[in-house]
Amino acid sequence: MNAPNNPAAGVSLVVRGLHKNFGEQKVLDGIDLEVRPGEIFVIMGPSGSGKSVLLKHLIGLEEPDAGEILINGESISTPEIAAKYRMALVFQSGALLNSLTVGENVGLYLTEHRLKPPADIARIVAEKLADVGLKDAVDKMPADLSGGMKKRVAIARALVIEPQLILYDEPTSELDPISSVVIGNEILTLKRRIGVTSLVVSHDRDLAFGVADRIAVIADGKILTIGTPEEIKHFPDPRVQNFLHADFKREN
Amino acid sequence: MFENVGEIVLLFWRTLLALPQAWRQRQKVFEQFFEIGNASLLMVCVLSFFIGGVIALNFGPPLVERSFTNAVGGVVGLAIAKELAPVMMAILIAGRIGSAMAAEIGSMRVYQEIDALRTMNINPVYYLVLPRVIAIAVALPLLVVFSILVGWFGGAVVADLNNHMEIPFKAFFADLKSLVLLKDVADGVFKSFCFAIIVGVVSCHQGLSTIGGPRGIGRSVTKAVVNSIVLIVIFDYLLTRFLQQ
Repeated sequence: MNAPNNPAAGVSLVVRGLHKNFGEQKVLDGIDLEVRPGEIFVIMGPSGSGKSVLLKHLIGLEEPDAGEILINGESISTPEIAAKYRMALVFQSGALLNSLTVGENVGLYLTEHRLKPPADIARIVAEKLADVGLKDAVDKMPADLSGGMKKRVAIARALVIEPQLILYDEPTSELDPISSVVIGNEILTLKRRIGVTSLVVSHDRDLAFGVADRIAVIADGKILTIGTPEEIKHFPDPRVQNFLHADFKREN
Repeated sequence: MFENVGEIVLLFWRTLLALPQAWRQRQKVFEQFFEIGNASLLMVCVLSFFIGGVIALNFGPPLVERSFTNAVGGVVGLAIAKELAPVMMAILIAGRIGSAMAAEIGSMRVYQEIDALRTMNINPVYYLVLPRVIAIAVALPLLVVFSILVGWFGGAVVADLNNHMEIPFKAFFADLKSLVLLKDVADGVFKSFCFAIIVGVVSCHQGLSTIGGPRGIGRSVTKAVVNSIVLIVIFDYLLTRFLQQ
C-alpha cells in the first residue's frame, strides 16, 4: 500500500462504455465520462438512476458487465492499482465501524497497514479531525454522533489516506442546510489544499452548483449531458430541466 | 445449506492463508477469546454438571441392578469425554457465539462497514474472520476440558447421592480412571477443535453473505446456527469413525 506521506496531485479518471445489469434490470447502460486531475466533478440524477452503482464500480466494489475504468490511463482491474493510487470513498451513511471509537475509525487505515508509529497516528488523527471541526470527538463512539458529524468523520477517515481521488456518495443527504454547506466547503477546501480529484454523486442541486467544476446528469443508467454548471443550467433536454427545476406548486 | 459448501470451504482456505497474519491480529484474538470465555463459562458449568448427572441417573441404576456397579464411573466418564461434552458445548457455542458472530458481521455488511474496509484495502478475512476463528478454535477445546471435568463431577455427585446407586466419590473416580484413557479425552478435545472451526467459519461466512436489512441479519443468524449444528452432527460421526481406526 502506498504510504500517505507524499501527497501527489489528483489523478484523472476515465469511464468507457460501462454496462451493468442486476438480473433483468439494466442499471448502467453505456456510461462514458472523463474526470480531469484536480477537478470537482458532480454526477447528478434522480434516485435510482444508477449513481451509487457507478460509484461502487469506480472504487472497485462492483465488477462491470462490460466497459472499462481507467485511473491515470491504467485499468482499475489491474491488481497493482490499489497499491499505486490512493483512493477513498465517503459513504452515504458514513459507514464508520460502530465497534471502534471515532479516533480508531479515522486512524484505521494507518493502523492496519502499519504505515506510522502509534504516536504519529494519534497526531495525524487529531489533525484530520480538527480539519473537519471535530477535534473533541476522538474518543466518542459513532453511535453518539449526529448524521452530519458521522459524515465529517468519514471525510476525516478519507483524508488520512491523503487520497488522489476521493469519491463522495450523497454527502449532504439527511443533513440540514447548514451542515450541507459545511460539507460543501470541506470539498472545496480539499481541492484547494491538496489538489485532490473529487467525484461527487448527489441529487442536491445547491451542492452541485455550489462546488462543481463540471456536472454530469444521469438518468436510467445513461449520461444525459456533461458540462459546466452554467452549461447544464441552459441544457435544453426536458429531463434535465425537469430535474433542475422540480418544485412544489401550491394553489391559493 | 449445501449450495454454500464451496463458499464455506473457500473461506476456510482463505482463513488458513491468512494465518501468518495472526500475530498482528493478536489483540482482536484476545478480545474475541475473552468474549467467548466470559459469555460461556457459567453456562458451560451448569450444563455440564447436569449432563453428567443425568447420564449417571440414566445408566447407573440399570448397571447397578445387573451387578455392574464398577462400570458406572467408566460409562459416565466415556460418554461425557468422547461425545457429550464436545458435541453439547459445540452446539452451545454455535447458539451463543456463532449467532453473535453472524449478527455482528452481518450488520457490518448491511451497513457498508465491510465495503468501507475494502475501500481502505483492508481484507475482511484478515480483519474479521481470522481473529474470530482462532479465538473460537482455542476457546472451545478449553471449554470442553472444563466441561468434561465438571460433567464427571456432576455424575459422581448423582451416583453418590442417588438411592439406587450410592457409589462413593472415590469408587466412582477409581472406576472412571480404570476405563477412561487419556486418548479418550484427547479425542473429545480434538473433535471440539474441529467443531470450533466449523462454527467459526460457517458463522463468519453467513455474516459476510448477509443481504438486505435487519430481516437479512436475522436470516443469517438463524442459518449460521442451524448450518453449524447440522455440520457438527455430520462431522461428529465422521470424526468418530476416523478416530476409531
